[in-house]
Amino acid sequence: MSKASFITRRILQLGVTFWAVGTVLFLLFRLMPGDPTAFVVSAQMTPEARQRVIESFGLNEPLHIQYIQFLQNALTLNFGQSFHTNEPVRDVIWTFLPNTLVLMLTAFVIAYILGVTLGVFTGWYRGSRFEKTTVVTALTARSVPTFYVGLIVLWIFGAGLGVIPMSGMGSAGVEHESFAARVFTLDFLHHLIAPAAVLAFYYMGYPLLIMRSSMMEVLSQDFIDVCRAKGLSERTIMFKHAARNALLPIITAAAIALGYAVGGSVLIETVFGWPGIGREMVNAVLRRDFPVAQGTFMVLAATIIILNFVADLLYGYLDPRVTYD
Amino acid sequence: MATQDEPSIFADLDDGATEEDVESVNRWERTLRLWRETIGEQWRMLTDDLLVKLAMVTLTFFMAVAIFAPLLAPHGPLTRQYETDAEIIIADWVDPVFIDSESAYILGTTSQGYDILSQLIYGSRAALLVGLLAAVFTAGIGTLVGLTAGYYGGKIDDTLMRIVDFLYGMPLLPTVIILVALLGPSLWNIIFAIIVLQWRSTARVIRSQALSLRERPFVKAAQVAGASDWHIISRHLAPNVLPLSFLYGAFAIAWAILAEAGVSFIGLGDPNRVSWGTMLQSSRAYAALDFGVWWWFVPPGICIGLVVISGFLIGRGYEEITNPELR
Repeated sequence: MSKASFITRRILQLGVTFWAVGTVLFLLFRLMPGDPTAFVVSAQMTPEARQRVIESFGLNEPLHIQYIQFLQNALTLNFGQSFHTNEPVRDVIWTFLPNTLVLMLTAFVIAYILGVTLGVFTGWYRGSRFEKTTVVTALTARSVPTFYVGLIVLWIFGAGLGVIPMSGMGSAGVEHESFAARVFTLDFLHHLIAPAAVLAFYYMGYPLLIMRSSMMEVLSQDFIDVCRAKGLSERTIMFKHAARNALLPIITAAAIALGYAVGGSVLIETVFGWPGIGREMVNAVLRRDFPVAQGTFMVLAATIIILNFVADLLYGYLDPRVTYD
Repeated sequence: MATQDEPSIFADLDDGATEEDVESVNRWERTLRLWRETIGEQWRMLTDDLLVKLAMVTLTFFMAVAIFAPLLAPHGPLTRQYETDAEIIIADWVDPVFIDSESAYILGTTSQGYDILSQLIYGSRAALLVGLLAAVFTAGIGTLVGLTAGYYGGKIDDTLMRIVDFLYGMPLLPTVIILVALLGPSLWNIIFAIIVLQWRSTARVIRSQALSLRERPFVKAAQVAGASDWHIISRHLAPNVLPLSFLYGAFAIAWAILAEAGVSFIGLGDPNRVSWGTMLQSSRAYAALDFGVWWWFVPPGICIGLVVISGFLIGRGYEEITNPELR
């Protein structure tokens, strides 16, 4: 199979996956046992008011009509209106998604810089005590739930020492003209430090372990011996020759991991009261606001699906040995 | 090893061909012995590593605690230990022994008046139930689907793998949250929701193994000898992918426990059961952080961490067995 037909096939697959995720989500919310409108309409409403609300959301139509309507709307990225605030779901997403992205990307950049560097060293000094300690630390970081580390950090530095704010993204009562104006303030940074550090600590383990095993593989190859024979310094071999060759699996793994990171933003945002898309999804689920839950979930799923796709393409682009069959 | 039991070199071929009833008892014995040997050999390799041994001891400890919870726990996990005049909400706690030596509660109580030690002990039940059930089903379903897809190939493979692709598009925690919110908050629903998503990675890996295994001579030989598809999958392919299934099962314990803790922490935990996640959730709901009641929220997290890291360590130890290059 040629590269072009591989990409076409992959794009078609992408469309099918989106359709399947959307359909399952649609069915989940509507085919649950019991009255499907029970989640939507409050029991305290008068029957007329209830009927009006049901009609305004198109919930009186038969299921297949609703489904077609849903698909049409989804194509134009219209996920309806919040049952709770009547705001269009699209606006809700635009409010919360940038906050999540800022937090995740900050944490991710820190995690990958530290993780890859440590991975190079652990792969190089294989079998040393340093390697053993680092690997066990990385495993521990991945074993303790992020929200728990967040709780402990909040307890020590927030409630105890009072050096970090207990929740939120900015101090109360401070207004900013735009999102960008808000992000570049010291106050924002002050709020960002704790959640970003906790996340970075957690994400660090993955690139570290991958880089380590990738380094081991590269170090066993002949060209490293050639480098040694040429009399290059250890440092040059480690960073210029070994690490650069070992970096390939990290790049594709990073794309995939970033997708799951955005999907897994739910807990850390809840702990730190960070107004991100994950926390908004949880809140929407808890208050049975299913257009918002559906829309925010779709964004999380889409991030994963698209980044998986990017990882596939990157892999073929970066490694000429990859064949498409 | 007893020499008279040595199977003939044509054992694989004989196996598919013999149909006589007399032989059937022997065949079962032989299958059993094969499985026992495979597992025994891998067990010995696994317990070679000190860290893996420690992990096993930790897991065994928590398993014993979970089994004997009613004997070990000094109080019921959800029985209020005292009442206050305000009656409805008790917002007072008893200090643990190491702070107030007069205290009757070793680890103190929560603001709701529950004994923390008893909650921790009973919490191990929820965690291990989630971990073990999820692991067994994840590894089981994943292996079965992976073997079927890899062995048959073609349309069956395509269909099954598209389902796996779809599952890979679903974010784990948000999906579990939505499923639990719709099905109702109970431990069984949480376990179900975790299994629904988790088998995807096992299936993918086992499939790629099966794809290469089915081209190997011993499978071809069994086919020529007239063995049924099911026979080949269960007797010839399954034992060969067993180490990988175990590996993914061990990791699944860890991931499932983390997922349960997360879902419970968000407030969708089983209200009639104590888990480490629900302990953390209620400590947060009662602002234990602000009051500095650390003996409430520190221990459950340590327990989660210990069990999860044991799962990871066993998984990693196993990975080194299945992939000797890592050693």
